[in-house]
Amino acid sequence: MELTRDALEIPETLKGKYEPVIGLEVHVQLRTRSKIFCGCSTRFGDPPNTNSCPVCLGLPGALPVLNREAVAMAVKAALALNCRVNSFSRFARKNYFYPDLPKGYQISQFDQPLAEHGWIEIRSEEGQAEGGPQEKGTKRIGITRLHMEEDAGKSIHDGFPDSQDKSYVDLNRSGTPLAEIVSEPDLRSSAEAYDYLTRLKQILEYLDVSDCNMEEGSLRCDANVSVRPRGQQELGVKAEIKNLNSFRYLQKALDYEIARQTQLLERGEKVVQETRLWNLEQQKTVSMRSKEYAHDYRYFPEPDLLPLAVSDAWQKEIQQTLPELPDAKRRRMVSQYKLREYDAEVLTASQALAGYYEKVAAAGADPKLAANWVMGNLLGALKAAGKQIGESPVSPEALAGLLALIQDKTLSGKMAKSVFEEMLSTSESAKTIVGRMGLSQITDSDQIRDTIRNVIAANPKQLAQYKSGKTSLIGFFVGQVMKETKGQANPQKVNELLKEELGGA
Amino acid sequence: MSLDISNWKIEDVLRSLRSRETTATEICQASLARIAAENPKNNSLITVTQERALARAAAIDRMAASGERLPPLAGVPVAVKDVIVTEGTRTTCGSRILENYVPPYTATAVERMEAAGAIVVGKANCDEFAMGSSNENSAFGPVRNPYDLERVSGGSSGGSAAAVASGMAVAALGSDTGGSVRQPASFCGVVGLMPTYGRVSRYGLVAYASSLDHIGPVGRSVKDVAVLLSAIAGHDPLDSTSAAVPVPNYVSELDGNLKGFKIGVPREYFAEGLSSGVRTQVEAGLQALGKLGCEMVEITLPHTEYATACYYIIATAEASANLARYDGVRYGYRAPGAASLSEMYQKTRGQGFGAEVKRRIILGTYVLSAGYYDAYYLKAQKVRHLIAADFSNAFEKVDAIAAPTAPTPAFRIGEKTANPLEMYLSDVYTLPGSLAGIPGISVPCGWSSAEGDGGSSSEIKKLPVGIQLLGKHFDEARLLRLAHQFEMAGGVA
Ligand SMILES: [Zn+2]
Repeated sequence: MELTRDALEIPETLKGKYEPVIGLEVHVQLRTRSKIFCGCSTRFGDPPNTNSCPVCLGLPGALPVLNREAVAMAVKAALALNCRVNSFSRFARKNYFYPDLPKGYQISQFDQPLAEHGWIEIRSEEGQAEGGPQEKGTKRIGITRLHMEEDAGKSIHDGFPDSQDKSYVDLNRSGTPLAEIVSEPDLRSSAEAYDYLTRLKQILEYLDVSDCNMEEGSLRCDANVSVRPRGQQELGVKAEIKNLNSFRYLQKALDYEIARQTQLLERGEKVVQETRLWNLEQQKTVSMRSKEYAHDYRYFPEPDLLPLAVSDAWQKEIQQTLPELPDAKRRRMVSQYKLREYDAEVLTASQALAGYYEKVAAAGADPKLAANWVMGNLLGALKAAGKQIGESPVSPEALAGLLALIQDKTLSGKMAKSVFEEMLSTSESAKTIVGRMGLSQITDSDQIRDTIRNVIAANPKQLAQYKSGKTSLIGFFVGQVMKETKGQANPQKVNELLKEELGGA
Repeated sequence: MSLDISNWKIEDVLRSLRSRETTATEICQASLARIAAENPKNNSLITVTQERALARAAAIDRMAASGERLPPLAGVPVAVKDVIVTEGTRTTCGSRILENYVPPYTATAVERMEAAGAIVVGKANCDEFAMGSSNENSAFGPVRNPYDLERVSGGSSGGSAAAVASGMAVAALGSDTGGSVRQPASFCGVVGLMPTYGRVSRYGLVAYASSLDHIGPVGRSVKDVAVLLSAIAGHDPLDSTSAAVPVPNYVSELDGNLKGFKIGVPREYFAEGLSSGVRTQVEAGLQALGKLGCEMVEITLPHTEYATACYYIIATAEASANLARYDGVRYGYRAPGAASLSEMYQKTRGQGFGAEVKRRIILGTYVLSAGYYDAYYLKAQKVRHLIAADFSNAFEKVDAIAAPTAPTPAFRIGEKTANPLEMYLSDVYTLPGSLAGIPGISVPCGWSSAEGDGGSSSEIKKLPVGIQLLGKHFDEARLLRLAHQFEMAGGVA
């Protein structure tokens, strides 16, 4: 049974009848300088097979030696994800044949992972609280485990003249350290899954333990999806969805899969336990032949490595390197700057952005004004220029300088925008630009009143219409006054004085 | 007359170099000449590294000429079992699948041995991937016992033992996973040591069963083995399982006294299955030890009977993973004419591996499979702990344990190949020590007439017998002292 495109929409009645259950398995490459079991570089994009040695090539006789830096990063991630770090964990061999797996087994962790029993909080409409001190509108998603393993190499099936009948293997990636983070099946919609992955990525980026770049494969996601009638306790038969290599695909693939399984159940058919691939061209999940993937990985403890010991002291040391995490930062910013929840959410999207904002605020800008400017004008301009916050041509201090001119009414909002444009291209300070362009707001009542009188005198027709009740013409008069003053008149003053003058004329 | 080094020991090499009686080059040439004469007979070496050996010998001679102090293994011709990688020299593991494999790096033990001046003259034949007890599982043909060319050398380090026994090399490196240094040493009348697990780096030892594999020295005397061990032992940052235990000077420890030394004699090792010829010799060996002032204590190692089953589960499980990398993708043999990836795997491995290797891969794959793991692998791990506990209990009462190395002297080529189980039993006395990770040494203990040859023949072949001495973890110094003094006292005639 395949779904047609329009069948993707599940009728609301079915949404009420069935409940999706989703768990995510996320692999992140840890950004260590060298690989997990050898000294080779982990740099991305080098010529094929140049970052390799007997260990990561799986040559006969070579042995793995665990990279402590990788462990420290994994422990850091585990602590930030509220996991319990096991004082002893074990590596295990996961056996399967594939050309880009040079030893014929992957060194991973199995029954004794590095860390277990964690959670992160996501936003949820349901706000379903199963105990725990979470905020309203939030939901705690359990993290079953975080374990370490080595990445495989890459098989390259196209792009070579003889790709028709040959595949090539690049082992540069072989042995790159990975943390696999497995969630509990706590997610109930594709939106929740999206939010979970977003927050997980955000935390890992805050920790600086991974690039989390889905295109380059430093963050990869598989999903376990099942559907069950609402109210049913036991889980439905699940499908594992692979190849979810962007946030958009994740949500689309989950929506598709949920619809597919819902319709199967509704028709009284069975969901088959299998692995499915998200097919980008067809925009659907496609079954991988189950025979080929019916693996028995024959895990057993890795005899070449000693059990991994993480002492309390080491754990404490790592704990002390944890930065303020997104949730904590958001909460603090809400209370410290009286920001709206939503604004704090946007501003804490990355540490760099939050840092930028806090510098603007620290330089004396009104926190709310600063938030509006950073989220609106600044981010808009950076996005248009394809720049990151760290590359902003306007420094936080310079932005604060501009905002100060708004606050002391030297500039109207509109004027400030043109000054800001100028700042973006020249990186000059707002003050310099205002001086150079002879800009500054006219707030002097007499000066404005003079202009108003001139404008009224020059437009008798409009005045008559106004007097006869077409009061909407006030906008016309404001426009004329602003034009005469080259936009520098304080708009509030203009409005106020115009009403007086029009009323009295 | 040209130089004959076939009975030389390490100290002979050093003495003759220091006195300028001869040169490293002459010694190397003598070794190569001996190889040329003997190797066609006993097939000890797969590859002879003549050019490289002579170049290194010349370098030693330059050192000697410049008056530099010569290192402890200067100019000593050694053979290296072909499961230990050597940069630029092919390392076959006795397998067709690696017939033309040339490693880009050298094993730590070889590096250390060469740093101490040793000269590798050849890569020694062995059972394929060290799996075997007779050296009949080599893709390069069996190694023949120098004392009777119709008989096996023992295995899997048969080439290492036979090369030393036949005077091709003064000493050798072998590897011992279940007895693979000790048993061939016993069959070939030389000394072979399995050090404590973790004493010698495994980096560059092609893995058969990682938790059981040890590199071990083979020599013509206990002292030579001690010299070699001193050179190769010690922590290696490239092997996480190598121990950071200090390395004593094993040579200077050889002469301490043995007064009050207690030797355990495990009754399980003298039970059914032990040939009368070996029993006679080993019992005489025990008496000789008694004369040295050692006290004999009967002990029991109650889980001995489970060692063989335990070993063949753990070793094959690990082997099934360790040998997965030979898939024809990156190096080694690749079968031609495969239409698909899985066919390439199947043909490559089907044609590249010999029967015993395939048997063990299948066995190991089976014991790790879903549904069987607990019953086999996990249970075997528990048994392994019990066997190790047997030894630690014993070592609370005794300083060392003495036993036969193998139940019989060297058997005939082809005698046991039809019955793998019978072959497995030839390691019955060496497997428990391997599982416990304790050091064990086989020292010559006289001669036995070949079993089954009858007494009537006018030409009764006498074959070497070895006595096995087992010690506590990292107690090589005392173990070697015991072995050395046994040997100095004349062993057993
Ligand atoms: Zn490497």
